[in-house]
Amino acid sequence: MSAVAQSLRQLRFTNKAFWRNPASAFFTFAFPLMFLVIFTALLGQGELRFGRFELDTTTYYVGAMAAFGVISACFTNIAIQTTFSRDEGILKRLRGTPLPAGAYMSARVLHAMVVGAILVAITLVFGKLAYDSPFPTGGPLFEFTVTFLVGSLSFAALALALTAVIPNADAAPPIVNAAILPLLFLSGIFIPLDDEAPEWITTVAEIFPVKHFADAMRAGFLGNIEVAGQRVFVFDWVDVAIVAAWGLLGLILAARFFSWEPRR
Amino acid sequence: MAETVIAARGLRKSYGDNEAVRGIDLEVSAGEIFAFLGPNGAGKTTTVEILEGYRARTGGEVSVLGHDPADQDPALKRRFGIVLQSTGVDPYLTVRETVALYAGYYPSPRDVDEVIDLAGLAEKRTTRVKKLSGGQQRRLDVAVALAGDPELLFLDEPTTGFDPNARRNAWGIVKNLADIGKTIFLTTHFMDEAQYLADRVAVIAKGEVVAEGTPGTIAGRDRMQTRIRFRLPEGKRPALELTDAVGHADGSWEVRTDNPTKVVHDLTAWALERGHTYEVLEVTQPSLEDVYLELTGGEEGHE
Repeated sequence: MSAVAQSLRQLRFTNKAFWRNPASAFFTFAFPLMFLVIFTALLGQGELRFGRFELDTTTYYVGAMAAFGVISACFTNIAIQTTFSRDEGILKRLRGTPLPAGAYMSARVLHAMVVGAILVAITLVFGKLAYDSPFPTGGPLFEFTVTFLVGSLSFAALALALTAVIPNADAAPPIVNAAILPLLFLSGIFIPLDDEAPEWITTVAEIFPVKHFADAMRAGFLGNIEVAGQRVFVFDWVDVAIVAAWGLLGLILAARFFSWEPRR
Repeated sequence: MAETVIAARGLRKSYGDNEAVRGIDLEVSAGEIFAFLGPNGAGKTTTVEILEGYRARTGGEVSVLGHDPADQDPALKRRFGIVLQSTGVDPYLTVRETVALYAGYYPSPRDVDEVIDLAGLAEKRTTRVKKLSGGQQRRLDVAVALAGDPELLFLDEPTTGFDPNARRNAWGIVKNLADIGKTIFLTTHFMDEAQYLADRVAVIAKGEVVAEGTPGTIAGRDRMQTRIRFRLPEGKRPALELTDAVGHADGSWEVRTDNPTKVVHDLTAWALERGHTYEVLEVTQPSLEDVYLELTGGEEGHE
């Protein structure tokens, strides 16, 4: 069997097992939507200022929660689930079979990407229906898609790298949240950052991939908004490149330090 | 001479200053059931995990089915199966799905349903792994290891937690596998298991193989003295001139001898002449467990 066929076969079983735990599946999909509703209810009044353009805060949140969905699926979930599989000894058993490591990992990442894509779709549809937010089309849709692909792969690689420093499954949720939550706050995902955001926050956030990912997602998502023939949210490939660089770093660290066995 | 399946020469493994394995030689032939015994912390698990490819060795030569397990070559992994104590499977898949998933990793797997029947899980085919009892999960471990139809099977304490019937069953499975030419590398804490199953036994203590041989003859077991224990009715004393019996606190006596036939004859003749009957009369060969405890020095096990 080719590596691709093996990976797809593994993906099928991963997917089957995923849906057999309905509570987990439900909240995986409901979580970002819940956040969207809560944040827009609490903080969604009025507009945010970007240059001379004023954006509905609700629309801002739709884009931010789409990015959050991808990060949940591809970073938080992969890091926690992989640590659990490691501690259960599932990874150790697989290591003793001829299944290539890459086939297993790619299946796991692909599954997370599919979940992430469904989350993005749900968020955008919900945003359209509830808040009349736009849908990206044409060039911006392409940018949005590329950002999604690069971002989901990069966050997945970072998640796999992170598992190397998680000592056991019980410690996985707190460590993963400690790694990602502060960045979600600083990067304009939970609390909008517009032109009036304090400078130090943007400076700190610029170092990490979350803000670049969120900015690129937003630029794609709102890329069709123009004022006097000019795009308000300009898509910058540098953002995507920085996310990819982080992903590459994650990949290198994961390849070097990833453990297939429970750590004692 | 059967083909050599596992060969290790001068195998060593250190963790920092701690030498867990200090130069081990092993040889296992095709079709053999080889039992590897030793207390916890003696280097047993380390050795097995080097053979399985989970650990890198510090020194020595290792060959498993003609491959170096350290190479992580899928060509080797296609030919062996591993039953470990500490490995899991996805709890949300059914028994049949799990075996099918693993069977799919191998080029010429056994029939999935046949493997499930063999492991005694026929009635649990459509049950999710989550819902299996501990013993059933262990049997699933065996089924998963057999799924790829391996030539060589590593069994790490395969019957821990089994009830006596399940154990007998598992032993039958292992014997059958050996009968059709599979090689079994077994580690176990149960001496009766090694006695019943193994063609050959090696005992490891403090990182070294201290004895190797058939379960019946290992460490001169067949030449060791037979133990005869007996007890007379209250108030009767044995004829000490006949034997070198040693008294125990519970009122019984024990003799160790190289010539049990004569001693038993003398004891019974003496009793018959006087019209006595023994309340207890036991003749025991030293068990594998006696030999093992002797070899490992009653060493306290530790992880």
